[in-house]
Amino acid sequence: MAIEVRIPTILRTYTGGAKVVEGAGDTLGDLLTDLDSRHGGLRARLVTDAGVLHRFVNVYVNDEDVRFLGALDAKLNDGDSVTILPAVAGGAFGFAAAAAIASHGAAAAVVPPSVTPRAVVR
Amino acid sequence: MLSIDRSIIDAIVAHARRDHPDEACGVVAGPAGRDTPTRHIPMENAARSMTFYEFDSMEHLRVWREMDDRDEEPVVIYHSHTATEAYPSRTDVAFAGEPGAHYLLVSTREPDTEEIRSFRIVDGVVTEEPVEIVDAAVDPHAVQSYMFGQSPATVDYECSDR
Repeated sequence: MAIEVRIPTILRTYTGGAKVVEGAGDTLGDLLTDLDSRHGGLRARLVTDAGVLHRFVNVYVNDEDVRFLGALDAKLNDGDSVTILPAVAGGAFGFAAAAAIASHGAAAAVVPPSVTPRAVVR
Repeated sequence: MLSIDRSIIDAIVAHARRDHPDEACGVVAGPAGRDTPTRHIPMENAARSMTFYEFDSMEHLRVWREMDDRDEEPVVIYHSHTATEAYPSRTDVAFAGEPGAHYLLVSTREPDTEEIRSFRIVDGVVTEEPVEIVDAAVDPHAVQSYMFGQSPATVDYECSDR
């Protein structure tokens, strides 16, 4: 079954520049595995080593944020449209930001290693 | 170089002042491939923080779809720093996910003056660029150029280990 996936500019290096690709899978996790077989490296930009979606990547199924649909377990159907957008985030940072990150997202929140604050209190 | 209409800069500064001391954020869209910011879209800072900003994920989707439908792209992505200089923090660099965009920073730390600077952030490399403010309302051919202060040596505002 075909699911349309919209790829953001920054990840089009994995899709030969394509803005939209097609894939298959019963869940988002399956879809990303399927995509990775043809667009090697793409999945690793979206899923952490621990096997959860990166905190600062937004993935949508049709009009819904997958965080509210079970994340990688989100069910997919033929004809669904998946959109990937890198979160737009930043700021002067500091302890308050670390707290904001920690409190904002799911328990699975993962800060990319490159920005893990050195002084964050967990 | 970022060329931007004065009315848009004024609107961005007003947004940053309005949300101060929280950081404000938003986008200026423009026709794809033209590198011309034309449509100012103030965004909600879902983090509501003085040191962090993040687009609301649903608003993000809606605005990016709308740009797609209109054949636009995010020409400028802006946010404010409310207590520090208008220079990308390490966090800004790590999260910069739109290599084609001008990253505009406004500092509202001084009550009477704004510091406005623009950067390209590609693959973790920050390059400052001049900002040209175009006064279209007066005369589209009259262009004033401002070079907002060159970057000083790297300043690290992040917390140290202690």
